[in-house]
Amino acid sequence: MDIHEYQAKELLAGFGVPVPRGGVAYTTEQAAFRAEELGGSRWVVKAQIHSGARGKAGGIRVCANEHQVRAAAADLLGRRLVTHQTGPAGRVVQRLYVEEAVTIARELYVGLVLDRRAERVCVVAAPEGGIEIEEIAQRAPETILREVVEPAVGMQPFQAREIAFGLGLRGGEVNQAVKAILGAYQAFRDLDATMVEMNPLAVTADGHVLALDAKMTFDDNALFRRPAVAELRDYAEEDPRDAEAAKYGLNYVALDGSIGCIVNGAGLAMATMDMIKHAGGEPANFLDIGGGASPERVAVAFGLVLSDPRVRVVLVNIFAGINRCDWVAQGIVQAAREVHVSVPIVARLAGTNVEEGRRIIAESGLDITMGDTLADAAMKAVIALGDGGTGGSRLAREVA
Amino acid sequence: MSIFIDQSTKLIVQGITGRDGSFHTKQMIEYGTCVVAGVTPGKGGQTFEGTVPIFNTVADAVAATGANTSVIYVPPPFAADAIMEAAAAGVSLIVCITEGVPVLDMTRVYPYVQENGARLIGPNCPGLISPGKSKVGIIPGRICTPGPVGLVSRSGTLTYEVVYHLTRAGMGQTTCVGIGGDPINGTNFIDCLAAFERDPDTKVIAMIGEIGGTDEQNAAQFVKEHMTKPVVGFIAGQTAPPGRRMGHAGAIISGSTGTAAEKIQAFKEAGMAVAQRPVDFVSLVRERL
Repeated sequence: MDIHEYQAKELLAGFGVPVPRGGVAYTTEQAAFRAEELGGSRWVVKAQIHSGARGKAGGIRVCANEHQVRAAAADLLGRRLVTHQTGPAGRVVQRLYVEEAVTIARELYVGLVLDRRAERVCVVAAPEGGIEIEEIAQRAPETILREVVEPAVGMQPFQAREIAFGLGLRGGEVNQAVKAILGAYQAFRDLDATMVEMNPLAVTADGHVLALDAKMTFDDNALFRRPAVAELRDYAEEDPRDAEAAKYGLNYVALDGSIGCIVNGAGLAMATMDMIKHAGGEPANFLDIGGGASPERVAVAFGLVLSDPRVRVVLVNIFAGINRCDWVAQGIVQAAREVHVSVPIVARLAGTNVEEGRRIIAESGLDITMGDTLADAAMKAVIALGDGGTGGSRLAREVA
Repeated sequence: MSIFIDQSTKLIVQGITGRDGSFHTKQMIEYGTCVVAGVTPGKGGQTFEGTVPIFNTVADAVAATGANTSVIYVPPPFAADAIMEAAAAGVSLIVCITEGVPVLDMTRVYPYVQENGARLIGPNCPGLISPGKSKVGIIPGRICTPGPVGLVSRSGTLTYEVVYHLTRAGMGQTTCVGIGGDPINGTNFIDCLAAFERDPDTKVIAMIGEIGGTDEQNAAQFVKEHMTKPVVGFIAGQTAPPGRRMGHAGAIISGSTGTAAEKIQAFKEAGMAVAQRPVDFVSLVRERL
């Protein structure tokens, strides 16, 4: 789960990480009030969407008077920001963060991630901040510092010092950076984060070290024990279908194609998407309905997939291991009747009681095309699009 | 032969009285697995289905039965504790089926398991099966048959899909291992490849990977440097968009790393055969037997 910058800063500040003063605003009026409340003579008005690279997209404005704060707020609220992380659809700005502006002397990169290879939390730092770590890794990989944290003892001050000195910090800056890094680690561990990023961690002209931007991502599997974090979820930032799916314990990810997929198991769901592509089509979604595949879940899955107007064919692929195909077939028939499916359905069932399952579908009177194998079903789904399918014929050649 | 489990496997089921635990315990017993004990705190002294004794702790169960393997079906908040309990009790193979274990729990648990000299498979995995000998977990026994293919996978139903094709084509398996789809898990591809390399009955290995992380790339390197037996690979998620978690917590492309293309390239560079579709395993494995 992702949260907004202002929420991440609030959480990090609670663990002793120094951040600039600021306040959230939902209207132009509130933005002006926040600026006045903060005092000073320069402010930054920052669009709050779940994405980095907001500056490049015009979502960060430096203002020198109240009039400019109002103008920036009015312009940003309701605007659709497109970054390389949001995809072409972008995100609509609904919240702003108004912050005191600081004069930056140096920008550093500090991030904490879960290192899958080391199977531990790892601090990654670079002397050049304000740009994405992927870019630093490409351009100057030798400048990147890494400290792996032993989970049994946690992060030690000497590790944070090694990073601070390694980044070229001197004098009082070192202790401030150590405090920020240790605080970020505490927040990571105590809140079950999977990523904390302070980019940039800035050294100001007057010698302060501050997290100027902050990003946190949390482990969905641990939200049950972090209710305060779970409350920070902003549903406006998520595809409504993803949220609907999550309610029923289904894993749904919207994609751009026209063939809706209903599959049991994550690996098989990915393989099904790949097979559609292989057959010349484009999957409209990833959807794992889980091992159970009860009639209710299949029905919810149909509703979800069909709520995407781009879906012109539905492909159901169920491998019944512990389940039985006859039971799954009943689910499909029931769902197809309840949900009133108006597009062609291609189904492929395999595993236990497959003959019985096929019989149930054949006798239902519903217009469901059966696929023998995953490849066959994917090809039939592409043909059902009725595009005169270049892909279909390509696969037909391969099969032949 | 087989790897990790066989007729000598004496199994404890942690969470034997729960919904999943009881269902799959019956399936395992039916398959012929030697289930010697169950553990549910507070239900010690009872029996499961009148045959399997239940204990309050894993230590009690091990002391009374000499069990060497444990399978875990407890809910996610208790899974880390259950794994460590099994490791502390001296169980040498721990298989955690539970999906949804917090990843920071795993950063603490896995070093603990290793210090205790145990092997962990999972979490978030279907377990493993040595056809005709023993099944630990939830892989459906009827789709498997004994034979010379070793199979290792990060997925559940996709594994069944491939095993099903192999079995139908007359190619049985020594052992099928589902290592799980979480970002941090115990036994990895390399551990399984090394075990299959040592197993005299395994002639060809089928390896099913997916997007996310670098485990497949590391495994490819291992194949190149240490394997004499042929390995056929497959990667699920060639059409997955970056930055989105595809069901499995570990199945996410971060930046430009973890893509299917990168993994397939690593397989090819290691001299492995690459299956484009699950069904392609049939011909590619057969050619190498």
